[in-house]
Amino acid sequence: MKRKSAFLLACLTAGALGMGVLTGCGEGGGSGELSKSTIKVGLICLHDENSTYDLNFINAMEEAKKNLGLSDDQIIIKKNIPETNECKEAASDLADRGCNIIFADSFGHESYMIEAAEKYPDVQFCHATGTMAHTEKKSNFHDAFASIYEGRYLAGIAAGLKLNEMIDAGKIKAEDAVMGYVGAFTYAEVISGYTSFYLGAKSVCPSTTMKVQFTGSWYDETAEKEAATTLLSKGCVLISQHADSMGAPTACENAGVPNIAYNGSTRDACPNTFIVSPRINWAPYYEYAINAVLNGTSIDYDWTGNLSTGSVLLTEVNEQAAAPGTQAAIDEAASKLKAGTLHVFDTACFTVGGKQLESYKADVDTDADYTPDTEVIKDGYFHESEYRSAPYFDLAIDGIEQLNTKF
Amino acid sequence: MAKHEHVREPLFHIAKRDTPAWWRAWGIRAIALVLALVVSGLVAFLLTGENPLKLYATMLEGAFGTSRRVWGLMQNLAMLLCVSVAVTPAFKMRFWNIGAEGQVLIGGLAAAACMILLGDSIPHGLLLLTVTVASIAAGALWALIPAVFRAKWQTNETLFTLMMNYIAIQLVSFFTYRFSVPKGSGQVGVINRATHAGWMPTLGKYDYLLNILIVLAVTVMMAVYLKHSKHGYELAVVGESESTARYIGIDVKKVIIRTMLISGAVCGIAGLLLVSGTDHTISRDTAAGRGFTAIMVSWLAKFDPVAMILTSFLIVFLEKGATEISTAFGLNDSFSEIITGIIIFFIIGCEFFIRYTVRFRRREGKSA
Repeated sequence: MKRKSAFLLACLTAGALGMGVLTGCGEGGGSGELSKSTIKVGLICLHDENSTYDLNFINAMEEAKKNLGLSDDQIIIKKNIPETNECKEAASDLADRGCNIIFADSFGHESYMIEAAEKYPDVQFCHATGTMAHTEKKSNFHDAFASIYEGRYLAGIAAGLKLNEMIDAGKIKAEDAVMGYVGAFTYAEVISGYTSFYLGAKSVCPSTTMKVQFTGSWYDETAEKEAATTLLSKGCVLISQHADSMGAPTACENAGVPNIAYNGSTRDACPNTFIVSPRINWAPYYEYAINAVLNGTSIDYDWTGNLSTGSVLLTEVNEQAAAPGTQAAIDEAASKLKAGTLHVFDTACFTVGGKQLESYKADVDTDADYTPDTEVIKDGYFHESEYRSAPYFDLAIDGIEQLNTKF
Repeated sequence: MAKHEHVREPLFHIAKRDTPAWWRAWGIRAIALVLALVVSGLVAFLLTGENPLKLYATMLEGAFGTSRRVWGLMQNLAMLLCVSVAVTPAFKMRFWNIGAEGQVLIGGLAAAACMILLGDSIPHGLLLLTVTVASIAAGALWALIPAVFRAKWQTNETLFTLMMNYIAIQLVSFFTYRFSVPKGSGQVGVINRATHAGWMPTLGKYDYLLNILIVLAVTVMMAVYLKHSKHGYELAVVGESESTARYIGIDVKKVIIRTMLISGAVCGIAGLLLVSGTDHTISRDTAAGRGFTAIMVSWLAKFDPVAMILTSFLIVFLEKGATEISTAFGLNDSFSEIITGIIIFFIIGCEFFIRYTVRFRRREGKSA
């Protein structure tokens, strides 16, 4: 027995060392002539198709592939890559396979993408939702996001119209037009999202207020359902969410309360309560970045898609649940947002502690002490997603009550 | 009872084998592996229409295709091995420590907390020492608590260690929120990325070599400890029978507490290697389920730390290979889990045929 063990140990050690030596020559990134038929694209996903969040990225890559005329074997997708050193390994492995450009889809992938970018200077690394590219200033590492707050504002209009319908029908009084919002974390991306949603609703239903319940997780079906139920028990008559599971929409459908979804339509599961859903379409960014690699042009440190680039979309309005005239009102506001005549965070439309803001420094350059560093209020509105693509609006405005803030 | 002239012998019956010769045991294992490959190949073909041989080639490619993948495999093997070796002394003592996940996490959390809180204030060498001591101590403490309760008040260690996992996970959640960058994101990000304070050094250009060597050393020491030390003998006796242990004058309480301290400390080392050695961050995913997979690895190797190199290799290879299949063929990850499941089923199942033999009814047994 002892001898056998020693033998095994020796074999494995020798084998391991031998393999390390034999395969010691690593392949570099893509080289030679780059064209549409030779470019290779990698995508790193936190989960797989079973998560609506990741599915949205996978679908976008499929769309970009079709639009650019790439073939299946030019796209390599790695799924279920956690936000650990495994991400660096996955990115490096994709570079080894000859990928010229590599995308990652989750916030926590960022640091590992930067480390991979340092190791593979000839490969472009593009990260969705990150905050560090504009301060890292690496020619091959880039962040991207979309002005999803505009989409949420438009969805908020649909919510406000629904509230008006309930008030007009005498179901609720004007002062009872309380909305509920299930948020993941007390992170700027979530705060920016629910504030824009609230402002959209308020623009058509001035008496509305909102309660926010956090879950402390991006995906936790039970917690999201519970949060929605808590909000309902506190008198909320309409609910929206920024979390990835079906928890909140299901709770709404069961209670017969209207819901504004996120990431995609929940109409099939919630035919009576689903109104509309904003979502980010990543395909325009994928096409932009892949084309930049093909043309040898540089990719922006921070790229923010918007309504005009087709990056911010709203699903079809569910006529069965929405108030009449919703689509028209959304279209009208969307064209004003596109034209720049309407701003979501117009300082005339919200107050903080009872006062209208004239100046605010946001923490745009990420640091461990959360130091406010950039003046973001100019020309009468809060300039969201302009100084970096990821949202940094983190003000607690009047009319929104956070029920729990421990996350 | 009805009276029968002949007692009907069943079609087959199962009998315990004597300790089988090593060649016989390994022969059975080899047959099981071949059967596993055939069955999973068949399933793969029926479900996807892909050529099974191509699938196996892809698995090998995924595990060994480039030097990076070989190193990645070795790193994953080392981490799984470390946790498996950690749970082993407790298992040998029949103390069902299923709290390794929590012990690894709490060790990792201690390392991360030191790196974050002391990163700028003390010299790097001292910091690394602090990180090391803190994570080992935290892992040991997390194992000590259920051990003391078991030794003093006979609490159920399985439930206790399991519950400790959840406490550790929630603590990690709490602190990842407290330490999150940017504010409220629930992500710690890479700690001290600019200064590398509290990071374990790398040997030459090999990122994982130091980790692998440390785990190899721990494994060898554990093997020696279990097989050749008085402690190792004592904990085996306690495992066989606490009464016997008491009769021959072994202090059972002391052995339980001491063994769990060692078990937890080694889990703490795993947490240290994961946080300070490779990930440089902490999250609920840091241990990645290794605390539970380790239970299987340790059992499969019959609590022999050196044989665990082989069993953890098997698990990690299957993981890497199966993931590669889903990437290369554009399949859902669940498919690779099906394949892994089939193979592990055969591997575990064959242990039955090593220990027992199936005897069929002989022809003459049939009534004339």
